[in-house]
Amino acid sequence: MRKTIFKGTALPLLLLAPQLVITAIFFLWPAGAAIWQSLLQEDPWGTRSEFVGLRNFAEVLAEPEWRGAAWNTLLFSTSVAVLAMGTALFLAVQADKSIRGANLYRTLLIWPYAVAPAVAAVLWLFLFHPSIGLVGRALNQAGLAWDYKLNGNQAMLLVIVAAAWKQVSYNFIFFLAGLQSIPRAVLEAAAIDGAKPVRRFWTIILPLLSPTAFFLLVVNLVYAFFDTFGVIHALTGGGPGKATETLIYKVYVEGVQNVNLGSSSAQSVILMVLVIALTAVQFRFIERKVHY
Amino acid sequence: MASLDVTGVTKSFGATHVLHGINLAVEDGEMIVIVGASGCGKSTLLRIVAGLETATSGSIRIAGREVAALEPAERDIAMVFQNYALYPHMTVEQNMAYGLKIRGLPRAEITRRVAEAAGLLGIEALLTRRPRQLSGGQRQRVAMGRAIVREPKLFLFDEPLSNLDAKLRVQMRAEIRRLQRRLGVTSLFVTHDQIEAMTLGDRLVVMHAGHAAQIATPMEIWARPADTYVAGFIGSPAMNFLDGTLAEGGHAVALKAGPVLRFADGPRAGGEGMPLTIGIRPEHVAVAEGGLDLPLDLVEPLGSETVLHGRLPGGEALVVKLGGPAPGQSSLPVAFPAEALHVFDGGTGKRLDP
Ligand SMILES: Nc1ncnc2c1ncn2[C@@H]1O[C@H](COP(=O)(O)OP(=O)(O)OP(=O)(O)O)[C@@H](O)[C@H]1O
Ligand SMILES: [Mg+2]
Repeated sequence: MRKTIFKGTALPLLLLAPQLVITAIFFLWPAGAAIWQSLLQEDPWGTRSEFVGLRNFAEVLAEPEWRGAAWNTLLFSTSVAVLAMGTALFLAVQADKSIRGANLYRTLLIWPYAVAPAVAAVLWLFLFHPSIGLVGRALNQAGLAWDYKLNGNQAMLLVIVAAAWKQVSYNFIFFLAGLQSIPRAVLEAAAIDGAKPVRRFWTIILPLLSPTAFFLLVVNLVYAFFDTFGVIHALTGGGPGKATETLIYKVYVEGVQNVNLGSSSAQSVILMVLVIALTAVQFRFIERKVHY
Repeated sequence: MASLDVTGVTKSFGATHVLHGINLAVEDGEMIVIVGASGCGKSTLLRIVAGLETATSGSIRIAGREVAALEPAERDIAMVFQNYALYPHMTVEQNMAYGLKIRGLPRAEITRRVAEAAGLLGIEALLTRRPRQLSGGQRQRVAMGRAIVREPKLFLFDEPLSNLDAKLRVQMRAEIRRLQRRLGVTSLFVTHDQIEAMTLGDRLVVMHAGHAAQIATPMEIWARPADTYVAGFIGSPAMNFLDGTLAEGGHAVALKAGPVLRFADGPRAGGEGMPLTIGIRPEHVAVAEGGLDLPLDLVEPLGSETVLHGRLPGGEALVVKLGGPAPGQSSLPVAFPAEALHVFDGGTGKRLDP
C-alpha cells in the first residue's frame, strides 16, 4: 500500500473531519443517547425522568413479549441467511459455469440490491396480497387458504422470502468472486483425480468458499437483525398478532407507538451489543483468516 | 502402463487454429518430451490427451482404446501442472489420497500407497502440512506424489519444473527421469527448455506453430534436424545459418561469403544456382590457417570454453565455440568442415539429404 506522509496534523484532521462529523452526529450521539436513555425511566407524560440503573434491562429480559420477539428474530434471521445464501450460491455456480451471457445475468441479479426495502416490500405485497396480489389470488383460487394477514406462519414465510430476496444479490456477487478466484487448474486436477462435478463441488469448491461463506453469514445475520425493519413494516407491521415482530421491530413499537423510551432504549442497546459481538467474531476470524 | 496413439489431431479455438494435425505414437513405458517455443500449442496438445480440451478432429487412443468420449476421470491418467494445482485446503497426505478415495480403494491400501510414494519422494516429514506451508520444490514433489499414487496408465507433465530455481530444476529433472524409468509409466513431458528436453526424453517432439516439426531421439534431432527451425531451436549456442547456392552439379555449395564447399556425403538434387541454407554448429566451425577471416566483435569466456561472435565478409553473423581460453587476436581464420554441414532448402527450410 502507498503511504503518504503529511507534515503537521492540521491537514489530515481537516480531511478526516467530514467522516468524523458524520459518524459523531449519526452514530455516536444517538448511540450515546440510547445508552443514557436506557438507564432512565420517564413518567407516562414524559415530563419527568428518573435514573433507574439497569432496571429497564432486567424488565426487558423478563418480558415474555421480548422473548417471543427474540425467538422470532432467531427463526427469521437464520432462515433469511440460509435462504439468501443458498439461493445466491446456486445462482453463482450457474453464472460461473456459463461465462457467456454472464454479464447480463449478473446485472439482472444485482438489481434487487438497489431496491429500497419499502419498495421491495410493496412489490411482494402486490404479488402476495390475498385479494389483490397476483400470486396470492392464484393460491386462493387453487384452494390453498392463503392469507398472511391472518395466518402467522404464512406471514413469517412471506417476510423471510421478501427479506432474503433483497439480500441474494449481495451474496451472489461475493460468491461469484469467490468461485472465480478458485484456480482452474485445481478443479482440473480434481477432475483428473476422478471427481465428478457434484463431488468436486462438495470436496473442493465448497471448502474453498468457506471463508467467503462465513463472512456472508455474519453480514446476512446483521442484515436480518437490523435492515429488515422496512420490509416487515410495509408487509405485515409485525402482525398478525406479534407473529412477525422481531427485536428491531419491537424497538420501534415500544419507542414510537408505546412511547416507552426507557424500555425501547434498553432493547436497542441489547441489539447494539449483539451486533458488536457479531462484528468482533468476524474480525477475529478475518485476522486468523485461512488464506488458501 | 500403456501405449498412446495421437492421430491427426487438430484444434481450433474459434477462428484460431492452434494444432494442425499432430501424429504421434508413444510406446509403452516411453518418455516423450514435447518442446517448442511459447504459444506453439504444447499445453493444448497435452490437455487434449488429458481430456480437458476436446480435439476439433483426430483421435486419441490410450492402450489401443479410443478415449474421445471419455471424461478425464475415466482415462486413467495423472497430470502434474506447472503451478502444481494442489488442493489448498487439504494436507499433503489428503492431497495424495484424494484420487484413491474417489476410486474407493480400501483405507489400508491408500495408506500403503501414500507412504510408499512419500518415501520415494522423500516427503514423509511433510504429510501433515498444507500446501501453503511448503516451498516450491516441496510442492513439486507433492504434485508428483499425487500422480504416482494413482498408478496411472499415463503421466502428463506440463512444464512442472519451470517455477523452480536453476539448481533445484536440475536436481528434480534427474529425479523425474529416475522415477519414470523405475515406474516405467508412459509419459508426456512438456517444456520449452531444450536442455530439459534433451536430457529427459527417449524421444522429442519439436513443435513449431501447431505442427510437429520433428519427432526423433534427442541425438538424432541434434545430428540431423529436419528443418531450419528445429536446427536453430536445439543446440546452444544456436546453429549458424549461411546463405548459398547449389553448385558443381549438386556436389557443392557456393557460399555468399565466398568459398565453395564440396559436400562430404554426396550430391543434392536440384538445379544449379538453387538457393540453399547451410547450417553449421558453432562447435563445429574450425579455426585453420588460410581460412576465411572472421573479425570478432564479442568474446564470451565461459571457463572451459569460449563463445566468439563475429561477422563474415558478406555481413553474415557467425558464432564460434572453442574449447579452452579465449584467443588473443581480434580476428580469426575460420573454415567449415564438409562433414559438419547441414544442407537445407533455401526456400522451404527443409533438410536436403543426398
Ligand atoms: N482457451 C483458449 N482460447 C483461445 N485460444 C487459446 C486457448 N487456449 C490456448 N489458446 C491459444 O492457443 C495457442 C497455444 O496455446 P498453448 O497454451 O498450447 O501454448 P504452449 O505451447 O503451451 O505455450 P507456453 O509455453 O507459453 O505454455 C496460443 O496462441 C494460445 O493463445
Ligand atoms: Mg503451456
